[in-house]
Amino acid sequence: MKFSVIIDALPHLLGAAVTTVWISLLGVMLGQVIGVLVCVARQSGSRAADMAGGVYVSFFRGVPLLIQLLLIYYMLPLIGIDVPPLVAAIGALSLASGAYVSEIYRGALNGVPHGQSEAALALGFPAPTIWTRILLPQAFRISVPALVNELILLLKASSLISVVGVAELTRTSQTISASNYRPLEIYLAAGLIYLAINGALAAFGALVERRLQQG
Amino acid sequence: MDLTLLVDYGPALLRGFGVTILCWAAGCAIGLALGFALMLLGRTGLKPLRWAVRAYIEVIRGTPFLIQLFLLYSGGPVIGLRLEATTAGILGLGVYGSAYFAEIFRAGYQAVPKGQVEAALSLGMPYGGILRRVILPGMLVSTLPAIVNMMAILTKETVVLSIITVPELMYEMQTMAAETFATFETILGMALFYWLLVEAVSRLGRRAEARVTRFLTHSSNARA
Repeated sequence: MKFSVIIDALPHLLGAAVTTVWISLLGVMLGQVIGVLVCVARQSGSRAADMAGGVYVSFFRGVPLLIQLLLIYYMLPLIGIDVPPLVAAIGALSLASGAYVSEIYRGALNGVPHGQSEAALALGFPAPTIWTRILLPQAFRISVPALVNELILLLKASSLISVVGVAELTRTSQTISASNYRPLEIYLAAGLIYLAINGALAAFGALVERRLQQG
Repeated sequence: MDLTLLVDYGPALLRGFGVTILCWAAGCAIGLALGFALMLLGRTGLKPLRWAVRAYIEVIRGTPFLIQLFLLYSGGPVIGLRLEATTAGILGLGVYGSAYFAEIFRAGYQAVPKGQVEAALSLGMPYGGILRRVILPGMLVSTLPAIVNMMAILTKETVVLSIITVPELMYEMQTMAAETFATFETILGMALFYWLLVEAVSRLGRRAEARVTRFLTHSSNARA
């Protein structure tokens, strides 16, 4: 063990960690949008939408992320869309996270008393308003712990996008340890950075949860 | 897709599938055993030991599986731990799973009614007997859904082993894709295959759950 190795590599690793964080945040935010849309579509009462949503959720939760990533990475050029690896990576992460998020919301909606949407219907609220003003805000509050958990899972899963060559934390540690032959120190440092980010996220999540409970 | 490819690469893919199953089964076995041991260690009166177990669980759950694999496979030789890719993969999968299994077992242990343990104690059962005949069966029932879920997750994690060159299905598939240029078809086929595999593991698990909890429906019938 030579700690000077870690100190020398630290600026690069931290820079890469920033990439990891923003990719994960973007993935979870897009996943949030996809997840809400899928969840609403599945509850809309249309059989076809429910089935399509069900297949989407089952596929993206059942197939390993690495395969989803390669699938999107190789599929897009085939249908004529040439995108940089970064876009494919973010696409895969958001699609995967969308499947989990839609299930989180589905669970959270069960926590919103049924009488509320019935009351809104009786008062003549149109369906979109019921969703945006009554159901989703409450579902969001209920699902905050699960969403923070999802963000942490996605941050760890984002290490897999190193495979398509995105220079995030894992890829950068691979590159550095290949050039200085110090895999032990570099991967240990990378692991600690992941741990620190996840610890911070968990603490932030607990804070938000407390705030929302007060509100 | 050219079907002769499947004939040519069939044996390699089959071998890869064998390695996948081996890694998964051995990884799950190590994870379950280690997780159970960790849970017991975490319940001892020794504070430093409890902290060590807690730290182990938090570190494993807070870092990506891929980084753990790199540490074991590339970092291991630096401290004299030279492992074959497959051995490293199995060990890595076991260590990764153990932290999650330990948490599942911890919750399961706490869910066993205290009165049952006290009753067994007052009947003069030794601790080993209580653990084996009272706590474990109770835990099995309450933790099985979570264990099955974790085992399905570990099925998916086996593909990550291809990155450290474990010759499992994903690795063989990528070799095939690289040699034949039928990349997209191969990956699509693989996606469908793993979809079915994970679904099969979950279904088998649900059947096991139904079997293990069968007595619950019986006893509730008896009470009613």
